Amino acid sequence: MRARTVPSADRHPLSLFLNRIDPSRIAIYLLLILFALLFLLPVYVLLVSSFKTFAEVQDLSRMWSLPTGFNLESFHAAWYGIPEKGLRGLSNNLLNSLYLTIPATLISSILGSLNGYIFSKWKFPGANVIFPLMLFGMFIPYQSTLIPLTQTLSAIGLGGTLWGLILVHIIYGIPITTLIFRNYYAEVPNDLVEAAGIDGAGILGIYWRVLFPLSLPGFVVVIIWQFTNIWNEFLFAVTILQNPALQPITVALRNLSGSQIKEWNMVMAGTLISALPTLLIYILMGRFFIRGLLAGSVKG
Amino acid sequence: MSRVRRERWIGFLIVLPSIILIAIFVYGFIAWTGLVSLSKWDGVEPNYSWAGLETYKQLFTQIGGVTAKRFSIDLWNTLFFTLLFLLFCVGVGLLLAILLDQKIKGEGIFRTIYLFPMSLSFVVTGVVWQWIFAPGTADYPRGINALLHQLGLDVLRWKWYTDTSSIGPFHLALIPVIIAAAWQLTGYTMAMYLAGLRGIPEELREAARVDGATEFSIYRHIILPMLQPITFSALIVLGHISLKIFDLVYTMTGKGTGFVTDVPGIFMFEATFQGNHYSLGAAISIVMLIVVALVIVPYLVYTFRREVEL
Repeated sequence: MRARTVPSADRHPLSLFLNRIDPSRIAIYLLLILFALLFLLPVYVLLVSSFKTFAEVQDLSRMWSLPTGFNLESFHAAWYGIPEKGLRGLSNNLLNSLYLTIPATLISSILGSLNGYIFSKWKFPGANVIFPLMLFGMFIPYQSTLIPLTQTLSAIGLGGTLWGLILVHIIYGIPITTLIFRNYYAEVPNDLVEAAGIDGAGILGIYWRVLFPLSLPGFVVVIIWQFTNIWNEFLFAVTILQNPALQPITVALRNLSGSQIKEWNMVMAGTLISALPTLLIYILMGRFFIRGLLAGSVKG
Repeated sequence: MSRVRRERWIGFLIVLPSIILIAIFVYGFIAWTGLVSLSKWDGVEPNYSWAGLETYKQLFTQIGGVTAKRFSIDLWNTLFFTLLFLLFCVGVGLLLAILLDQKIKGEGIFRTIYLFPMSLSFVVTGVVWQWIFAPGTADYPRGINALLHQLGLDVLRWKWYTDTSSIGPFHLALIPVIIAAAWQLTGYTMAMYLAGLRGIPEELREAARVDGATEFSIYRHIILPMLQPITFSALIVLGHISLKIFDLVYTMTGKGTGFVTDVPGIFMFEATFQGNHYSLGAAISIVMLIVVALVIVPYLVYTFRREVEL
């Protein structure tokens, strides 16, 4: 099927070119391009809407047309809000998302690394039962923990605080971070661990001298994974944080679009702003993002 | 105590805090939620007096009026959502992976485009697709309808997620929401399948070609059967996401007129945190947990039993 014979009699450059085109190849590329356009459709809507003025975006018949100019009014509105219309800006909420995501990501990654080390290299009796029991925690519908969770956070004085939400993300991040590191460390030869043990290193010494220095790619995968998940998370955030000034950007964005708003250019600009951090990470470090993705399906 | 045993003991102490936290925040809280679901807690103040299975009866029989009706609609919606969503993700994901596996120029660009929605929040997806599928009115069409109008395809205009018709118990208003969900997660199946295809040695295909097999029959008889474990994993992972879906639907449509786009996650959230019907919310979440566990527990047992055998 792939073998193509070029008729030697016909050496005209154009027919040489035409002979090289395989109709099934064209069909494949056309399909791929068609799907790519479909996948990019929401991006098109986002971009054209957010560069429109309020007057422009209200004309719904022109929703799919390009903006008349390169207008940044909507980004200004999304960032600072429109106080006279009672619309809050998202700048504050973006900062909240950073305050939430950075510590929660770092702490859960470190915990995951230590746990993964023990579960791959120092299996204690019962580890093979406890580990799947831990993993179950990453699949449950979190709705089944929300009522006790809000009660407990209030009881320990963390109700309605960003610290409470950070704690929640650290705890419920333990299963996935442990899993990714456990699979990652399983690739490290046991001989290395044993050799370090013979040299007199203890369990923590082996981690610090042998495993940790090899962990950079693992940390990159886990940090990207956790950052993306915590940044994008909604259910815990909307349940725990009622104060609009403390809410992360996902909750603020949903509140903005859920109100009877007509400023759709502002909403679309706000959507772009809230999507940008994880989108940039994905575009710059896609390779590691995909590794986390594949590791998430348990087997890794 | 030997050194190794002492070290193992230290190892156990390192993971102990995590084990305790998971024991409390996962298993303890589930038990606590179970207790709430069996109580008479219906108001702001906690009330743990025993009600037995009263709330569950309300959910599953016609006694509870609107409550009972809403929950059975939610379960049908979840089933419809899950079936169609899985079909989309597996079908399109597999197709894209096979297409990309044909030594494509610019493969990296295509892959990036198909996968980028995975990096977004369900809230972002919900906001954008809500705007795209908003139907507008007959005279002032919005979103897709405005586009169809411009293209002269007015016959295809539809009420999208505000439609209230159904086929049997399946509400068609869910289809736009399912499209949004599939847009976000098809890249996942594509990436899984592509990784699987790359793991199949080229010699296998070459050998089949030498034996005179067509490209189609190579896929049909050799490659697709080898991808079966991937399909299995993808169905479990995506299936459990769709069984507990909340953010996307809550942002994009909410419960909808006559609960056409309602799901248990929304019902639970509204019952508990907007209506203060705590025992009701708890019972809904326990049902959600049981449904998800029916899918996940066998998968975990299967995976780890195999791992121990290896």
